[in-house]
Amino acid sequence: MSDKVVITGIGVVAPTGKSAREHWAAVTAGTSKLGPIRAFDATGYPVRIAGEVPDVDIAASMDGRLVVQTDRWTQLAFVATDEALADAALRLPHDDPYQVSVVMASSSGGNQFGQRELQHLWSQRSRTVSAYQSIAWFYAATVGQLSIRHQAKGACSVLAAESAGGLDSLAHAARTIARGVSVVLAGGIEAPLSPYALTCQMANDLLSLDDDPLSAYRPFDAAASGYVPGEGGAVLIVESLEHATARNAPTIYAEIVGWGTTHDGRHASRDPGHDQYARSMRLALERGQTAPAEVDLLVPDAMGVAGYDRSEARAISEVFGPAGVSVSSHKSLTGRMYQGGAALDVVTALLAMREQMIPPMTGLTRPADGYDIDFVTAARKTSVDKVMVCARGFDGYNSSLLLARHQNGRST
Amino acid sequence: MTRRVVVTGVGVVAPGGANAKAFWSCITEGRTATRRITLFDPSPFRSQVAAECDFDPVGAGLSAREIKRSDRYVQFGLAATAEAFADSGLELTDELRERAGVVMGSAVGGTTALEAEYVVVSNVGRDWLVDARYAGPFLYEALVPSSLAADIAVRQELHGPAQVVSTGCTSGIDAIGYAWQLVQDGEADVVFAGASDSPLSPVTSASFDAIKATTPQNDDPAHASRPFDRDRKGFVLGEGAAVLILEELTHAQRRGARIYSEVAGYAARGNGFHMTGLRPDGVEMSLAIDSAMDQAKLNADDISYICAHGSGTRQNDRHETAAFKRSLGGAAYRVPISSIKSMIGHSLGAVGAIEMAACALAVDADVVPPTANWRNRDPECDLDYVPNIARELPVDVALSVGSGFGGFQSAMIFCKPGVQDR
Repeated sequence: MSDKVVITGIGVVAPTGKSAREHWAAVTAGTSKLGPIRAFDATGYPVRIAGEVPDVDIAASMDGRLVVQTDRWTQLAFVATDEALADAALRLPHDDPYQVSVVMASSSGGNQFGQRELQHLWSQRSRTVSAYQSIAWFYAATVGQLSIRHQAKGACSVLAAESAGGLDSLAHAARTIARGVSVVLAGGIEAPLSPYALTCQMANDLLSLDDDPLSAYRPFDAAASGYVPGEGGAVLIVESLEHATARNAPTIYAEIVGWGTTHDGRHASRDPGHDQYARSMRLALERGQTAPAEVDLLVPDAMGVAGYDRSEARAISEVFGPAGVSVSSHKSLTGRMYQGGAALDVVTALLAMREQMIPPMTGLTRPADGYDIDFVTAARKTSVDKVMVCARGFDGYNSSLLLARHQNGRST
Repeated sequence: MTRRVVVTGVGVVAPGGANAKAFWSCITEGRTATRRITLFDPSPFRSQVAAECDFDPVGAGLSAREIKRSDRYVQFGLAATAEAFADSGLELTDELRERAGVVMGSAVGGTTALEAEYVVVSNVGRDWLVDARYAGPFLYEALVPSSLAADIAVRQELHGPAQVVSTGCTSGIDAIGYAWQLVQDGEADVVFAGASDSPLSPVTSASFDAIKATTPQNDDPAHASRPFDRDRKGFVLGEGAAVLILEELTHAQRRGARIYSEVAGYAARGNGFHMTGLRPDGVEMSLAIDSAMDQAKLNADDISYICAHGSGTRQNDRHETAAFKRSLGGAAYRVPISSIKSMIGHSLGAVGAIEMAACALAVDADVVPPTANWRNRDPECDLDYVPNIARELPVDVALSVGSGFGGFQSAMIFCKPGVQDR
């Protein structure tokens, strides 16, 4: 590998806020952002709450002509990308547009737009859809639009390993940089809240039917009852260290030092195995030449479904030893944002390193029996130099990503 | 020293051919598999023709459970996987399973199933607040395209990296490119790589009608797909899947595997121009070709065959012709170029993988498939498109390109093992 790969910019559009600062404030305060679904009238559905992005100024990032051509998912990604570029002090188009790529994850495409057009097609005699349906609904819509908007003409990719894709996008960003690109817009955004998309999600039998925002989503708790869906995610600016240093990037949050991706090789059902998940963690440690004891924080997938929680806890304690690593997740505050959630977990990891503080694990009152895990239930000031983020995708995908704080967090 | 990667197994489900052999016969005989759509009533739509697969999941060896839980595109993927695996002669030991991954492309994933279920839960489009009580048990599998690679990983019990790559109509090449990189970098020794799509459904027809991308010529379905022809009017939808077994060269050599071809180069570029429009100069496709040739350490004169994107839209075929000229110079006029979409239609994300299967088979058989339905020269498309009749010639190096919505342009090169060392 010729060069190190680092993260130099953060853009957040999530229930926790519209910037890294707002996100960190919500996470450290442990304030739940779940609430009754506002995107549509969900009172007649078994799932009635979600994590939604608060009012967001789309017009600041996208001109009106494009707004009508795109789904909310793409619009949120434009907002997050602008924030990430500003944070990185990176101006695009780049002098050499072929040095910039977009590699993002998408697990369900342009849901609201798609449902609207399906309705039009099936309810009108004319049997037509909008001229923009073909460019707004499919999984590559957001990456395509971002590539055009920012003249990112290097190799682009769209990864659809469900939630694990949010981490895979960073690993693939590193592969893409190793092949000569300098900058990659990575991460993932999701907008899964339309009546039909919610109906599709309910079919997986993993969603919580509790509609009290404070108790609905409790990962690792004895009373875990499923997850609550959320929208949003994060965009991250990934660069070769050489490029970041040469342009004097204001912040180098962390280096991507390791990753591991595996598949269970069997359907997850409600009781997935743990061994391949553990192996993805070990692969990330190996690649990052890091001993388990060196990892200061692990941000887990935190599905909030008993069988998944149990296998995740088992994988963690098998790799890191009993209570061998600090574990914290704030997914109960935002809901499960699929690949957007994994990308947002990376943001939390970066901010924990910058602030030298582990934010509190939320939604956990009484851990289920038999978990030998050091859950950080109150914010902890401590040195945070290496963080592992883990995610699982439906069904059977496992990804782990290892990040290391860059020396003094600044380029010279 | 970068690890080298070869193709050791091929599986195809295509219109006109339910397996690799039947597919190869179809395209080398110049037979077209396009017809009036039978999967649904196409009469409300502007374009009413497509290349459909006569697919029998039971005959393809799928289990009752696989058939019940998976969409048509996943079933295609499973059938192509089974064929490629058998063809490769691989033995999956526990050790190899951890070093064996799956990377599949799909442009539209479970769209067909999503639409069919939508019609039920929405009371035929009447209700915005759809009735979840009527939802089928596998609707989440339809929503997330990750199902495609997951189901293949489950079928083969693979524990290596799994991924679905969804870059629209370049998904197939890009998925194989992703897999190639995994093997190069040592993240896997074997990858099941390919793509699948079954987009034939009213919403797909309506979407492409709305932008007039598909052909309105419905009166002669067998001759509706006319890439590079003067009178082409748009593409013809298709469906299908292909899976290739990508394997690290020494791994394949040690087990005495049959090697179809080596994956010698792959590159992708974005045109940063328009979601559907193409600039006539083809610069980004040309840059992708240049980069792929560079990686393969080959030059224009080494290319024996170009498996074109050749969708049959006015702008694509012109754009692509310009790209070939820009990259290959004078050699562009000598290289046989053909579009198998003239016979099997355009199966969106899947077709790039089916075209790479065609390249593997062409390199193996030393035959170039033709462009069917080519009758009249377009002054802007003035290269050798191998009209109507296949050609026997040494195919040492095959180049394939793809172009898709989002402005994505991809190129990949397969060559006979050892050609680069000569």
